[in-house]
Amino acid sequence: MADITLRVNGSDKRVTVSAETPLLWVLRDTLELTGTKFGCGAGLCGACTVHLDGNAIRSCSTPVSQAAGKSVTTIEGLGANGLHVLQQAWIAEEVPQCGYCQTGQIMSAAALLAKTPKPTDEQVTQAMNGNLCRCGTYERIRKAVHRAAGNGETR
Amino acid sequence: MSPLSRREFVTAGVAASAGLVIGFYLPHRSGSREESFSPNAYLRITPDNKITVVVARSEMGQGVRTALPMILAEELEADWNQIAIEQAGASTLFGDQTTGGSASIRTTWDPMRKAGATAREMLISAAALTWNVPRSSCSAETGHIKHAGTNRTLSYGDLASKAATLPAPTDVPLKQSKDYKIVGQRLARVDSPAKVKGEAIFGLDFKIPGMKYAALSRCPTIAGKVSSFDDKESKKIAGVSYVGKIGDSAVAVVADSVWEAMEGRRVLNVSWDDGPNKDLNTAAVMESLKQGASKKPATLFSTGDAVKAAGRRISAEYQLPFMAHAPMEPGNCTAHFQGGKCELWAPTQVPQDCRDSVATAIGVDPDQVKVHVTLMGGGFGRRLEHDYAVEAALVSKAINGPVKVVWTREDDMRCSMYRPASLHQLSAAIDGSGFPVALTHRIIAPSISGQKGQPVPNGVDPDLPDEAGPVYGVPNYSVEYVMTETPVPLGWMRSVYALQAGFALESFIDELAVAAGKDPLQYRLHLLAKDQDLAYFSTTWKTARMRGVLQLAADKAAWNSPLPAGHYRGIACFGCFSSYMAEVVEITMEKDQPRVHRVVAAVDCGQVVNPGILEQQIQGGIVYGLGNALRAKITIEKGRVVQGNFDDYAPLRMEETPVVEVYAVPSAEVPTGIGEPSVPPLAPALCNAIYSATKKRIRALPILS
Repeated sequence: MADITLRVNGSDKRVTVSAETPLLWVLRDTLELTGTKFGCGAGLCGACTVHLDGNAIRSCSTPVSQAAGKSVTTIEGLGANGLHVLQQAWIAEEVPQCGYCQTGQIMSAAALLAKTPKPTDEQVTQAMNGNLCRCGTYERIRKAVHRAAGNGETR
Repeated sequence: MSPLSRREFVTAGVAASAGLVIGFYLPHRSGSREESFSPNAYLRITPDNKITVVVARSEMGQGVRTALPMILAEELEADWNQIAIEQAGASTLFGDQTTGGSASIRTTWDPMRKAGATAREMLISAAALTWNVPRSSCSAETGHIKHAGTNRTLSYGDLASKAATLPAPTDVPLKQSKDYKIVGQRLARVDSPAKVKGEAIFGLDFKIPGMKYAALSRCPTIAGKVSSFDDKESKKIAGVSYVGKIGDSAVAVVADSVWEAMEGRRVLNVSWDDGPNKDLNTAAVMESLKQGASKKPATLFSTGDAVKAAGRRISAEYQLPFMAHAPMEPGNCTAHFQGGKCELWAPTQVPQDCRDSVATAIGVDPDQVKVHVTLMGGGFGRRLEHDYAVEAALVSKAINGPVKVVWTREDDMRCSMYRPASLHQLSAAIDGSGFPVALTHRIIAPSISGQKGQPVPNGVDPDLPDEAGPVYGVPNYSVEYVMTETPVPLGWMRSVYALQAGFALESFIDELAVAAGKDPLQYRLHLLAKDQDLAYFSTTWKTARMRGVLQLAADKAAWNSPLPAGHYRGIACFGCFSSYMAEVVEITMEKDQPRVHRVVAAVDCGQVVNPGILEQQIQGGIVYGLGNALRAKITIEKGRVVQGNFDDYAPLRMEETPVVEVYAVPSAEVPTGIGEPSVPPLAPALCNAIYSATKKRIRALPILS
């Protein structure tokens, strides 16, 4: 067991867990932030995507020790002042079906737009390709990212 | 509320919280044989002007929480913003509560409309009595009753309590589709905001105080058992509080967190009794299908004499592998066994099956088991099983406390119930113009229901009547089924047997068109040219409607216009769950692999309730179908499932996803299924496009095997 402090959605959180515990389970079980999802446990599906110091990472394959002293943003912290522009775009494009993967999708998209505010179609694909969706919402996700980026229909 | 007779569709009374409550009955797709039945859905209008629809249909992404209340709101003349849906659990309601078979809209269309209309008529009566004016001078509009002469209005909330004292009318008038204001509108889904904020509570997210977590080590060999286990290492993991056998073939590790339970399981040492299937492999399964082909088949559809008809014979065989549903949310269930009762929170399509199998497993009466239905991270049929609920109840009983059982992705992939592998023999007798005078399709596959011990009347798996119907107006035409057996656990996966039947038939029709030197669209249209009714169990397939979707898809895809160099098209159509579907797939070939650029889909599903949800379902089904067609394959070696995660069972990703255009034939017919019908035509349309590009015919899925 280790005492680890990490900054989650702007607040310092101290947890006592084994240092190898994936960040995912610390967020979900210890901090009760269940918006971050478990899909594969192997970094293959992206449902567990959060930001670690601004970078999109797979929290299921990231030991919590690697997040010690760093800043973690989850879906709960994304739209601090109301809905994030991506969340608005997700609703406008009617993206979610079951919705389970969508928080991870939005976190991947948010990391993309933070670095690349006007992504090309190819950049969207590259950023989002690691996120699986079994309901098949990919084309709507693509549209929602472009909408949030203000790319309009032009891409 | 009293039971309803067959003639009474609704019953009315006073709500516990005052106001009006209408109870009604939603049948399952198989139809009810009960002579009387208790209401299993409710409409509640309370004096605070809230309208609640309590319904036992599970939300797994298909939009029932939006679409079902729309149907009721239309007849009720409700203000859409007043309406909320409440999920019913198994313990409070009766009647079949299964969500599956693309049945939620088609089975609730009539009762939902009648319930809404009944409430509307009662509210009008209540207003007329209040104002002491003739009923005919009152009308319902957006949540209010208006009096024409005086322009007075009262809200539904104002009138609810008075309406509740009136008798429920029979034979209420229903609206004409031309007057619809809500049905047919692209209303936003009610569940999107919570889902994008991460606030939606799926089964895995649900918590109760003091809850532990369990991971189970299940025998990796099909039908194998636990021989013995050593929990010494597991108990060294911090947080692990219990290790014990659950049933015959699993050992549970219980801990304070999911991760500790998984770690405890990782170091658990179990010796397995591999049992009777330790030498089973995929080749043996496929061989058993081949052997089954010579058995006497059951007839699903027959017209004329398809065997004796004269003509040049063309025959082909197609085969499909086992597939896994792999919904994004792995299996899980929360259970709390306490004092001889058990309460469960399950992401399930079958709350009643969960209740009943849990009751049997823990040895209590079904009425001592309460099942709450949570949101589901996808279903696709995997949650028509109840294994996760039984495990959770058994573990909770063993530790005498609340627990959540969590499956990993590997558990989901390796301990699932799979789409049955199947073999298809097609044969046609061809006339001088290249068209079939006779067509036979023999489906050889194990029965899902049969394996589960459910009735298979006359050797016909009970799903086939929704999923293997005839398509074409061929004078001598038969569809047959040979039931085989396999030890591989079987389950209902999105579109069930229609995927297999549609792939085989629509690939074969393409082969016939090629042999005749004819355009595949024109060839199909010729076989559908004459208006015919093809009676198939309780569905009457109409060649005119199939022709309609085929033509619509072809027109929208500009079938007769040339494509850019290197682009190729394929087309296919199929009907299942009473809906008609046609798809045109456009591809290029890159390093011998197809790249799908565009899919144009046309559907005839009767009246469309919500075009936005319809598009979602069809786009989703096509992406699911494309993933199935390209790579989905579960293989068995030494009695064990080989695939384990999204690396070796790889669903479609964004880079492979085509643009999907969806067109619906305008219709006021009764709505039919939409969750599954877009899946079957995709694989044959794609393989037909690949043939067009390469002159290579793909007769076994997956394509990239």
